[in-house]
Amino acid sequence: MPAVLIEDVHKSYGKLEVLKGVSLSVETGQVVALIGRSGSGKSTMLRCINGLEAFQSGRIEVAGHVVDQDPKHLRALRKDVGIVFQSYNLFPHLTVGQNIMLSPRITKNVPQAEALALAKDVLAQVGLSDKFDSYPDNLSGGQQQRVAIARSLAMQPKVMLFDEVTSALDPELTGEVLLVMEKLAKGGMTMILVTHEMSFARNVANTTVFMHQGKIWEQGPSKQLFAAPQTPELQGFVKAGAQD
Amino acid sequence: MPIQFQFEPIFAESDRIVDGVLLTLGLSFGAIVLGLVLAILLVAAKSLLGRWVGLLVDAYVELMRNTPFLVQLFMLFFGLPLLGIRLPGTEAALLAMTLNLSAYATEIIRAGVDSIHRSQLEAGLSLAMTRRQVFQHVVLMPALARVWPALSSQFVLMLLASSICSFIAVPELSGTAAIIEQNTFRSFETYIVVTIIYLVLALTLKVALDRLGRAIFPRISSVDRLDAKAEAA
Amino acid sequence: MTTFGWPEALFLFRAAGWTLLLTAIAFLIGGLLGGVLAIMRLSRIRIVRRIAATYILVIQSIPVLMVLFMSYYGLSLFGVELPPFLAASASLAIYVSAYLAEIWRGSIESVPFQQWEASASLAHSPAQTYRHVILPQAVRISLPPTVGFLVQLVKNTSIVSVVGFVELARAGQLVNNATFDSFRVFGLVALIYFAICFPLSRLSRHLEKVMNASRPH
Repeated sequence: MPAVLIEDVHKSYGKLEVLKGVSLSVETGQVVALIGRSGSGKSTMLRCINGLEAFQSGRIEVAGHVVDQDPKHLRALRKDVGIVFQSYNLFPHLTVGQNIMLSPRITKNVPQAEALALAKDVLAQVGLSDKFDSYPDNLSGGQQQRVAIARSLAMQPKVMLFDEVTSALDPELTGEVLLVMEKLAKGGMTMILVTHEMSFARNVANTTVFMHQGKIWEQGPSKQLFAAPQTPELQGFVKAGAQD
Repeated sequence: MPIQFQFEPIFAESDRIVDGVLLTLGLSFGAIVLGLVLAILLVAAKSLLGRWVGLLVDAYVELMRNTPFLVQLFMLFFGLPLLGIRLPGTEAALLAMTLNLSAYATEIIRAGVDSIHRSQLEAGLSLAMTRRQVFQHVVLMPALARVWPALSSQFVLMLLASSICSFIAVPELSGTAAIIEQNTFRSFETYIVVTIIYLVLALTLKVALDRLGRAIFPRISSVDRLDAKAEAA
Repeated sequence: MTTFGWPEALFLFRAAGWTLLLTAIAFLIGGLLGGVLAIMRLSRIRIVRRIAATYILVIQSIPVLMVLFMSYYGLSLFGVELPPFLAASASLAIYVSAYLAEIWRGSIESVPFQQWEASASLAHSPAQTYRHVILPQAVRISLPPTVGFLVQLVKNTSIVSVVGFVELARAGQLVNNATFDSFRVFGLVALIYFAICFPLSRLSRHLEKVMNASRPH
């Protein structure tokens, strides 16, 4: 039973069709990189998986939940599917620790002491134990993004989505975030990441999916895909080193 | 003929003045607290309870903001007895001030809520929060922090507007001034003293509210604060 | 006791006419004064700035009711007894001048500083800069809050009965005393005020949208 099953999904913004029949299957523990130019539909596809975007036709099933726009279903789904955003989206008025503990406490009724222990644990996993009482605006971009990952991890998700999480970071800071993601991957987390980091995709993701003009253009084991792109579009994309 | 000022009769009435000041402050703080709570509830209702409730809230706000406070006061004071509800002047004044302030505060807080970036909402929803939880834990405090200067200005305006309650013989500061004027026949002296007291009250309140804002909302930098001028108009 | 009928309603409508006239006069005179104050507020001469700033701060920190009383009784100290309409207009004009001065000063300061630089680089004198570059933009920026303030002014005319002038709110009080039909009387009064203020409020919001849309990014 795949962790994520996407069947022939179509999505349009008004008259503009951005997803033109996307189908994808992701097994538990698999790490999938979604690459492509801006406008290829990769972020939209990712956001459809946890219901942030609605789609007009097709079917998505993730971690045993069918994706529709019913709020109750979405909430249940989002306890099992975590997402990390390009702009981290930490809550600026809460400390790091409070950011992480908030959702487990109010959506899963985790008692305070347990939530505290959980928060400290995930924060240690991303290497930021000493920042528990800091506020987000006192942290660097890389640190904030790692906190964002910890915040999602605290929900103990079955699948994690990453939406260009290093694109907003200065180059020196991407390394620390990618390291955390690699650790997660090695630990067996099912991950789908939209990324521009080609070497990360090649080395850490089992499968790479290249999207172009709203369709899956090519997909396959990462090392092979990058070594021998089949289509001219992917060849051009790889050669350009993922310039947008 | 040289102008002769006689302030002694005014100062002789200082007990009455103090009572007037206390009532002004009591009415104002009461209206501020109650009005703020009501406004938060109205903004929450508009955000969470769907389109029709939102339109009702909008209608209430528009009605209160486009009619004079005095007329609202008259409506409550003279109208409620016709429904069998006899409110004494002071209570009617408090009710009118609360309702009036709540409408302005709703508008201001709503602007703050709207200014919270969509990405914050998405983050909260993606963490499996209900929309109510997102409103309560992610949106409300930052929104209040952003609009605190505009809200503070509105609170001070309410303090000044309490003077209008003298029209229904409430013995707050302006009502007291009218009584003192009648007793002493010294109009200018009475009103200059009362004016200065209002000035001191208003400036003190503004400073106090600014301090309070910095204490409750330490994390929001001044860059983030929404323009108080735009809201005050 | 009379019933609330057409004669009473007409009385209210006529009073509304006076409200509008009072608003217009106070706005015009207060606007002129406010313009002068705004310029003073931006003057290079510190004492001029201070005087204007103090005046504005004081007026904005006291109830409009007190502005009315202070100007009315202040004038009567000098033996000047103005008829109610003029007393009301003059007092309101003072109130208006402070608020408009602040709005307009804010608008001038909102013009991006790059405009000053660009104009100076084209060898314009300060006066020319003001006239051709800054003020036209400042006027556009000031339209939404100025119209918004007009709404406040209309509502504040409701208290000028303290200087003896009968406008709409006072008329309502009089009719209410005669008929005791409070809901109808004040309901109609509120409706008339609403009919005046709501379009102005909408206009202000519309102007703000138009302005935000055309602002260069």
